[in-house]
Order: sequence, then C-alpha cells, then structure tokens
Amino acid sequence: MQAQSTEIATQTRAIVEGLKGLEGPLLPILHEIQEEFGYVPQESLPVIADELNLSNAEVHGVVTFYHDYRRQPAGRHVLKLCQAEACQSMGSDAVADRIKRLLGIGFHETTLDGAVTLEPVYCLGLCACAPAAMLDGEVIGSIDENVIDEIVAEVRK
Amino acid sequence: MTTTIYIPKDAAALALGAEKVATAVTAEIAARGLDAKIVRNGTRGMVWLETLVEVVTSQGRVAYGPVKAADVASLFDAGFLAGGAHRLSLGRVEDLPFFAKQTRLTFERCGVIDPLSLEDYRAHGGLRGLEKAVAITPADIVKTVTDSGLRGRGGAGFPTGIKWKTVHDTVADRKYIVCNADEGDSATFADRMIMEGDPFVLIEGMAIAGIATGATKGFVYIRSEYPHAIVTMTRAVEIARAAGILGTAVMGSPNAFDIEIRSGAGAYVCGEETSLLNSLEGKRGVVRAKPPLPAIEGLFGKPTVINNVISLASVPVIMDKGAEHYRDFGMGRSRGTIPVQLAGNIKHGGLFEVAFGITLGELINDIGGGTASGRPVKAVQVGGPLGAYFPASMFDTPFDYEAFAAKDGLIGHAGITVFDDTADMLKMARFAMEFCAIESCGKCTPCRIGSARGVETLDKVAAGIEPQKNLELVTDLCNTMKFGSLCALGGFTPYPVMSALTHFPEDFAPRPVAEAAE
Repeated sequence: MQAQSTEIATQTRAIVEGLKGLEGPLLPILHEIQEEFGYVPQESLPVIADELNLSNAEVHGVVTFYHDYRRQPAGRHVLKLCQAEACQSMGSDAVADRIKRLLGIGFHETTLDGAVTLEPVYCLGLCACAPAAMLDGEVIGSIDENVIDEIVAEVRK
Repeated sequence: MTTTIYIPKDAAALALGAEKVATAVTAEIAARGLDAKIVRNGTRGMVWLETLVEVVTSQGRVAYGPVKAADVASLFDAGFLAGGAHRLSLGRVEDLPFFAKQTRLTFERCGVIDPLSLEDYRAHGGLRGLEKAVAITPADIVKTVTDSGLRGRGGAGFPTGIKWKTVHDTVADRKYIVCNADEGDSATFADRMIMEGDPFVLIEGMAIAGIATGATKGFVYIRSEYPHAIVTMTRAVEIARAAGILGTAVMGSPNAFDIEIRSGAGAYVCGEETSLLNSLEGKRGVVRAKPPLPAIEGLFGKPTVINNVISLASVPVIMDKGAEHYRDFGMGRSRGTIPVQLAGNIKHGGLFEVAFGITLGELINDIGGGTASGRPVKAVQVGGPLGAYFPASMFDTPFDYEAFAAKDGLIGHAGITVFDDTADMLKMARFAMEFCAIESCGKCTPCRIGSARGVETLDKVAAGIEPQKNLELVTDLCNTMKFGSLCALGGFTPYPVMSALTHFPEDFAPRPVAEAAE
C-alpha cells in the first residue's frame, strides 16, 4: 500500500513537471492524471499542491467542483446516457430505466463485477439524433431497444 | 480518373454508423478493384439523412442517405460511383429543400470540404478575411465587425464589435482571445459541427480578433463531452501553425498570435464567461461578479475578448465580403444569419442557417416537418435548458433577439427542442430546477438554494399538496432567482419554469392518483 502511494506520487510529480509551464495548468494536469490512473487518486493532491504552490484545500476544491474527475476507479466500461431535454423528448427516461434494469445498477454506480459504470450526461451535442449515449468515448445515437441490447451485450462481454 | 466519395466524420454521423459505412465502402472499393477515394468531411447538417454519402459526378455532388453499412454493397451494384439510381438516392445536396432554403454564410464550407485540408479551405474562400485583416488597421477591423451588426451568438446577443473595441482601447502588456466552446445547452450542436467540419474558420476568426484587439494568445475552451471536436481542433491548430497562419508572424504580417486548445471538465456553468475564465485559470468554475468586465479584467486579470464559437467563426466572412453584405441579412437589430438547430422530437432534425426573421412555425413545421413521432407538437423549448417553452399558439414569433425577449423567451444559442403531446410540462419545469441545482456553481444563494427548494416545491405540486399555495411559492421563488442571481444559470432557470406554468397550467393542476384513475 505504502509502495503504491509512493508510486502514485512519483508519477504525479512527473505529470505536473511536464505541464506546469502552461498558463493555468491545473485542469490539464488533472485531466492527465485521470488519463493515467483512471481516476484522480487522493495521493496525487498534495503533490500537485506542492508543485503548483497551492494549498491542499484549493486543489481539493477544484477536483471536487468538476463532474469529470473521479475519486475512485470506474468500471472497465463507462456508459454515459444523455438525460438532457432533447433526449428526454425522445424517450431517454425509458432508455435509462431499461438499461438500469438490465445492468442492475443506477446512475453513478458500477456493476459488482466491475464491468460497467453508468453515468448521466447533460448533452453530447447529438440532439438531432436523440436519445444519445457515449460508451467509452464512442458516440451512439437514435437509441432504440435493439441498440440497448447491443450496448448491454457489449459491456457484458 | 479517381472518383471522390464523401463520408462524414462528424460526431452525429458517427453516432449513426458512419464509421461502419466508411469501412464497408473501403472494403467494396478494394474488392471490386475500383479507382475511388474516400474523403471524411464534416456534416451538411441534415442529421436525419446521416450517414449521408456523397459522390462527385459530372452532375455535381450526388447524395445517398441515410446509408447503413448493410446498404453499401447495393449502392455499388447500382453504380452509385457514377450517380446511379438507388432507393437511397437524394440527388444533388444543393437541390434538397432543407439545404436550398438556407443562407449559408458561417457554415458555407461545413460538410463540403475535408476539415483538415488547408488547401480545400483556401479553395473555398478560406483565409481571405484574414488576408484583408492584416492589410488594414486594428481599428478598421473593429469598425467592420461593429458595422456588420454581429451580436454574440452564445446567447446573450451582446454586440461583438463593442466588446472588441473595449479590449482594443484598454492598454495592457498582454491580452487574450478566449473562445467559449463550452456548448452545454441541450438542442445545440452548432459549435461542435463547425469545429468538426470547418475548424480553420474558427482559427481564422480568432486570429482576426487577436489582430484587431492586440491580443497575442488565444484559448479555445471545449467541453469534454466533445472529444471529436477536441481532436479536430487540436490537429487544425498544429496545421495552421505549420503553415504560418498562427505563430510569431501571422500570414507573414508583424502580428503574433497563437492558440491553445483546452478541455473542460463537465461543468455546465463553465459556459458562463466568467466561470469559464476561472476554469481556464485552474480554479473552481465559480462565477465572477461583474464589473469588472472581462474586456477590461479578464483571463489572469488581463483584457480578454471572450466570444462564442459561432460569433468568431462568423468574422472571416464579414471581413471577406464586407460589413454590408452580412448586415443586409436579418431584421430589426438582429443582423446576419443564425444557425438554428432543430432537435429533439422532430422529423427533419439538423442545422439550418438562415437570416433572422423566420418564424418559429416555419422552422418547426415547414423546415423540420413536425414531430418525429408523428404526434402533435405540444411545446418547443428555444435556447437550451434556460430557454422558455413556447406552445404552438406562439409559432408566429419571428427569430429575432428582441421579439423573443418581448414574449418572455430567449434565442440563446438558437437550439430548438420539440416535444410532442406526451410531454409532461410539470416534469420539465421540475427538471429545469433540478438541472440548475446539479450545475449551480454555488456562489450565489438564489441559484444554489433556490433551485433545490424549487425541486421540492414542484414535487409537492405534483403530489397534490396545497398546489395553489405552492405554485405561488414557485412563482415568488422564480422572481427571486431571476433578479437575485449573479449569472444566467440561476437568473434564467425561471424562463423554462414560468413559461411551462404560464402556457401549460393544465399540467400543474392536481391530478387524479393512479388508483382513482383505474
């Protein structure tokens, strides 16, 4: 455990070193850390604060403000279902209900086998082909029952 | 002679299977030993026809759509490389009514060219605006933009030229151009479409803004929900830098200007300009009180032009064709064109760029073809989550900033979500409050607390608990939020709530409980 957190601190420092020259580097740094670890580990925060000459509270405040930054690892797949108005007008509620039932989880939850994390998202800019979703960065539009079955089969693989 | 096939790479096309179509077309070309190449263009904006495949023939660009991967072999069998007839034949894109009725100024090249080919960009009129800009004084550039009547397309509708003039007139050692590409409003995708389909036009617009105001650094803050736009813009900036369009000598002139692409982190409120500036600085995306205006004290305390993607992307055509050319379109104080986005439950969804003045009814019924479900339209929300719900009886409202304001609505970023008669307007009003509660930055009380109380109070209405008294409370709360909030999130959430309540009171009436109804 101790070794692991030292490892995280070392990698974090390397990431910060690479990006601290940017103007306003904190968000790019946090994005890079999440890219590296899959989430923003608690162990990274004091290192960032130290490197950027910020307080721990400031870094904590930023990490917790933005929806994108995870505090723990996600499942192997991340499925984001758009729940904004345009998707609602095309039945996104029913899509979400069905997917939740098939996966046995709600929003912001991960299946017990760690296969998939389900999240709501408020607009993917796919409003003319609603309802829409994003599976591991791939966009999916005009979701109907067949598409739901394909998505569920994909994350269950 | 190599035949050129266009297959869009826009996110909406990808969401409808464009990648599989491209793979299938590639395989067929190889299997049949044909002389053809594929160009991945942006989208023409007719999303219901995606994947829209176009072939360059002697008659022009002939389109087929919506194409699925399974249709590809039959397209080749029908000789589509020579424009052969097929059940998916649409004829020339320019002749399709949805396209022919548009006035494409800002989106002239979108879907036409290879987005990352600078050669294509130039061949279709690109860089002419910047060439003219480097040849005149900054004050003359500002004057041209002011004279064009261009107003901020992000939603607020503030005159772009005046914003630029303030930054131009403010003396500082460093100034910034910030492009607000945090397009979070539901029903809007114009920013995404242009960034994916014609990224150089935004770069050109930002460079012109830089030269006009004396700013040397630009940031494009793109929401993280748009990964494809981030990739395209990042690549386009690299290409522009290599070609000398960005860098220490823009187009060989003495002006320096460079651009950095930044990704948001999933906060809707960062679409608010001061919150976006805080986010760029690496802080919580909390709204700043104004004044000071960002034009005087913006990013890192320096004078900053912060404009929406479409505002900046409209500048090159204004510089190229002149202020009058642009100003001659439109009505009243709303000049030029607006890319209307038809979304939600609509038959022909997509982007429709048109001069101001077209009515809501024409857009929904004539252009959009009514609902996708075939049921009657109940309500349309114009301007995203903070826009008002309009009933069909108000479809004579023309698309114009002032006309919408006069009817307690707003154009916003010009997205329209259509709802059919199955929509529950109490639920939509509750969602508006809930969304505000989720996305509030927390700085001001009316927004932070008001939205949470709004959800609770509307829940009481839905449950039939003292509905009259609670609706009065909601109205009072909306009034407080409207006038007491620092920014548009808390300040405009009352628009959807109150418009739903005003125009659809029947949805807020006590309803029979489920048991009683059966």
